[in-house]
Amino acid sequence: MLELRRLNAGYGRAQVLFDFELALGAGEVVALLGRNGAGKSTALKTVMGLLQAVSGEVRFENKSIKNLPSYQIARHGLGYVPEERRIFADLTIAENLEVGRRPPRDGAPHWTPEKLFDLFPNLGRMQARRGGHMSGGEQQMLAIARTLMGNPSAILLDEPFEGLAPLIVESVAATIRELKREGLSVLLCEQNLRYARLVADRVCIIEKGRLCHAGSMSELDTNPSLLQRYLSV
Amino acid sequence: MNMLAVKGLSKSFGGVRAVERVNFSVAAGELLAMIGPNGAGKTTCFNLINGQLRPDAGEIYFEDRKIQGLPPRERCRLGLGRTFQVAATFGSMTASENVAVARLSRERKLGSLFTSFRGSSGKETRALLAQVGMESQADRPCAELAYGDLKRIEFALALAARPRLLLMDEPTAGMASAERGELMRLVADIARRENIAVLFTEHDMDVVFRHADRVIVLADGELIAQGTPAEVRADAQVRRVYLGEEAAHA
Amino acid sequence: MSSSSVLIQFLNGLAGASSLFMVAAGLSLIFGVTRVVNFAHGSLYMLGMYLAVWLAERVGFWAAVPLAAVAVGVIGALAEISVLRRIYKAPELLQLLATFALLLLIKDFALWAWGPEDMLGPRAPGFTGAVEIAGGAFPQYDLLLIILGPVVLGFLYLVLKKTRWGILVRAATEDREMAGALGVNQRWLFTGVFALGALLAGLGGALQIPREPASLNIDLSVISDAFVVVVIGGLGSIPGAFLAALLIAEAKAFCIGLGYSQATLVIEFVIMAAVLVVRPWGLLGRMPVLARPGTAEPPFARPSLRLRWTLAIVAAALALLPVVSGGYTLVLLTDMLIFALFAASLHFIMGPGGMYSFGHAAYFGLGAYAAGMLVLREKFPMELALALAPFAAGFAALVFGWFCVRLSGVYSAMLTLAFAQIAWSAVFQWDALTGGSNGMVGVWPAPWLSSKPAYYFLTLLVCASGIIFLWRMIYSPFGHALRAARDSPLRAEASGIDVRATQWEAFAIAGLAAGVAGALYAFSKGSISPEALGIQRSVDGLVMVMLGGIQTLSGPVWGAALFTWLQDAAARNVDYWRAATGIVILALVLVLPRGVGSLLQARQ
Ligand SMILES: Nc1ncnc2c1ncn2[C@@H]1O[C@H](COP(=O)(O)OP(=O)(O)OP(=O)(O)O)[C@@H](O)[C@H]1O
Ligand SMILES: Nc1ncnc2c1ncn2[C@@H]1O[C@H](COP(=O)(O)OP(=O)(O)OP(=O)(O)O)[C@@H](O)[C@H]1O
Ligand SMILES: [Mg+2]
Ligand SMILES: [Mg+2]
Repeated sequence: MLELRRLNAGYGRAQVLFDFELALGAGEVVALLGRNGAGKSTALKTVMGLLQAVSGEVRFENKSIKNLPSYQIARHGLGYVPEERRIFADLTIAENLEVGRRPPRDGAPHWTPEKLFDLFPNLGRMQARRGGHMSGGEQQMLAIARTLMGNPSAILLDEPFEGLAPLIVESVAATIRELKREGLSVLLCEQNLRYARLVADRVCIIEKGRLCHAGSMSELDTNPSLLQRYLSV
Repeated sequence: MNMLAVKGLSKSFGGVRAVERVNFSVAAGELLAMIGPNGAGKTTCFNLINGQLRPDAGEIYFEDRKIQGLPPRERCRLGLGRTFQVAATFGSMTASENVAVARLSRERKLGSLFTSFRGSSGKETRALLAQVGMESQADRPCAELAYGDLKRIEFALALAARPRLLLMDEPTAGMASAERGELMRLVADIARRENIAVLFTEHDMDVVFRHADRVIVLADGELIAQGTPAEVRADAQVRRVYLGEEAAHA
Repeated sequence: MSSSSVLIQFLNGLAGASSLFMVAAGLSLIFGVTRVVNFAHGSLYMLGMYLAVWLAERVGFWAAVPLAAVAVGVIGALAEISVLRRIYKAPELLQLLATFALLLLIKDFALWAWGPEDMLGPRAPGFTGAVEIAGGAFPQYDLLLIILGPVVLGFLYLVLKKTRWGILVRAATEDREMAGALGVNQRWLFTGVFALGALLAGLGGALQIPREPASLNIDLSVISDAFVVVVIGGLGSIPGAFLAALLIAEAKAFCIGLGYSQATLVIEFVIMAAVLVVRPWGLLGRMPVLARPGTAEPPFARPSLRLRWTLAIVAAALALLPVVSGGYTLVLLTDMLIFALFAASLHFIMGPGGMYSFGHAAYFGLGAYAAGMLVLREKFPMELALALAPFAAGFAALVFGWFCVRLSGVYSAMLTLAFAQIAWSAVFQWDALTGGSNGMVGVWPAPWLSSKPAYYFLTLLVCASGIIFLWRMIYSPFGHALRAARDSPLRAEASGIDVRATQWEAFAIAGLAAGVAGALYAFSKGSISPEALGIQRSVDGLVMVMLGGIQTLSGPVWGAALFTWLQDAAARNVDYWRAATGIVILALVLVLPRGVGSLLQARQ
């Protein structure tokens, strides 16, 4: 589905990713774990074309998407929810969703505002509120919903559980599992193993911009030394 | 002694009642957690206490002194420190310059036009950065720091003002669980040692139940429960609107 | 006035409002999405007029108007594709610089194509007569205009609020990158918006030809009117722009009707200042909600060793220069030094302060006039006048600044423009005190300074120390407080910094420094004219700062030197010096988007 090979990227002279590798299979939920500043967000931004890759390869559904403009990457069916959420503060909830809307795509679930409001009843109740006047958690839900409007076949979520109430964490986790059931692939950045556990099939651990472990969730549970080493849990 | 007391605090935005007749108080050296669903009015409450917003009704006392109507900067000088839900720092400066600005502001030395700005290598600045574990990044511009690190810098900024009451809006958001625990232990240590009152919000129940002395719960702008962590965890209404069953047992 | 003439005046105002609204709506639209303050918008309007007049002779009036509008729209699209598209990632204000270059190019193009004389347009066939209203005659064509305004308003409102295109436009207005990550191709969106905005300007101009002749001076007057309208109405609010256009056009119509036609010069700016103080975001504007605080400016690097050496060498060379050269070079260098100080003072509030000023010439000009008045009317010795005059400018900056720091971003910038315009009109009209349009002559330096080299040395000394003082302040505790207030007002307040007071102080300091430059300028020329505080001079200052690079320390100095030299060389050697300057600016903007000063900054 999505494959990163020997990817080098960063901000100007400050290189952050070094020969980074990652693979996301169809219908899979992979958690990219790593500490603060390990380069998780940088990896996602590079995939989305928001940062230029210096070298390496990014393939999505067997096509190279490296360094394409980000709108083209999105149109290939890759959705992105940034960690700062980046809601359009002046637009209402309904309009925010409209911005994300793309025509239905083969092989990916088709979303409408109605379906999304079923998923996030909160949002349904305040469709006319402006994005800037929503609480942090409400914005997080809207950010996910807005991305789904593009009917992606894979989505990149950057710390989607951050700032959510426990009940909502549950429901977002349920949503992610639901997305998986619908056939979406999900790549999720997390620092919290606890959250990753809720949804992920596989984990990749990134440290200082390098992939240092990839394996199944259960493998991680049986191997506490890994956790000790990379996540200081 | 009550560091902060809030009485009948209310605020609405147009039709949205964000905070409704809320009463509570925080004592010196106490860690009080404010929890509640997304959109319950926690951040709004903080903005009222810190002066970014004006309350529609109600009173706010800081050390028995009424502080309504004072701008945030005056409240800071009285001893109210604050960190924001979305960490706010001075992006064009390095971590140490950030802290030094806050320190010089406390010392009222920021008006000087022709002396040079030396604070960033001062002992206190370094000590503050070390306290939050950021001394290795002291010379990096804040705009380049990872988000979790920004949160720490912001905490150091707040501490630089030597506050007696700290308002922390989701202080550990954006950090890994181990670091969360670490940061909150640090906050608790400092608070107890220097007798600082801390009011914080958090969605991480581990952090809340482990570190808070007392918990108050807001939902739809109203205070629905308060008590010790154990009491709040057992409260049926809190479970229903906020915790859910699983988290309550965790 | 009788009641019927009140009605006629009122209708006159309505008719005048339509064209004004169209330009302003286009400006607002373009600003909203691309964050470009399109200085060339008045030029597009002017182009619309010329094209319509020219076409009307060939294809008739009714075909000419839409054709001219579409042509201007296409020109706008081409300008966006060829120039602006390349620099969207550059600092916002650099784009302003690029549009200013377009303004220069368009002006000289019109001069080349249609000559310096005003061009009278035809009347609109079918609408040549007048209708009788309340006993007075009112042109039919004006009635048509009165109807067209609201029609365009309704159209725009629907497009922006109800169509998908409109929603995308508003989304891109806030966060282009995120819109892109959601699959929105912003390039064409931007081109489309620019074309629509330009088309509106062209239409506004074309519709105006039966009422007034096409002239080369219309660009600046239209752009400043349009600024005012956009700001009074509220940035990004199209209905607001309509309301504001009505207000301004009515105010002007009544000033003329009551026989105070001079007052039209200031009335709009007075209204604007009044509105902004009561409603800081304009009549229908909303306070911008900050989605992402802390989109930070790059760090302000300390002067690198290379820069220090370069400056030292330049200063030494400047000090030795009179030995080897004389006459004209010294005059030019004196100008450069004065403008370097002027630009450095503007940079002080724009760079570290983050406050954009579109009217900085006011303080330059007031410094110059104060110096002139002290010498000529109060008979002060020149040295004393030179020392005191800057305080007049500083005082004005203190007064104006009090208002300006209460607003932010473009609003504050527009308010600075308004104050500058008020100052200009006061000087222009107060004949008895300032000599009105003729200005003052005989403002000469004291005898011991009257030789060219002597005055040059004085200028070098004063300007260099002024610039050094300003630079020191940037790295002082105060300078840090100023940057803190710019980076995150929220955090700064919560840390005990008085954001407004800090900005206010910076504003006054910058005014004072600009006043020093102005006073020096007055004595170097021996005369002062109202141009010293005109829009053109303010724009020159902006160009210098941005040419040099706003986020570099020494940039404004290089920018000032380069621009002064360019202007001088172009004015002496090229027929179309404006176009030549414009092309050079564009070339620089495209090649060195971070400003000339970035060459000397140590790279991070
Ligand atoms: N705009 C930038 N310019 C330069 N360096 C940056 C920039 N943004 C981030 N960095 C650096 O890149 C590194 C990786 O940052 P990144 O945001 O990818 O971390 P992360 O793993 O997502 O951390 P977090 O969990 O805190 O979000 C960090 O060291 C950070 O300081
Ligand atoms: N300026 C505003 N205008 C209108 N409504 C607002 C405004 N600010 C906040 N609100 C609304 O008030 C309610 C309370 O918001 P607040 O930010 O205080 O929530 P919170 O408890 O901090 O939530 P979270 O935990 O998600 O951060 C929300 O429903 C929000 O949408
Ligand atoms: Mg991240
Ligand atoms: Mg909040």
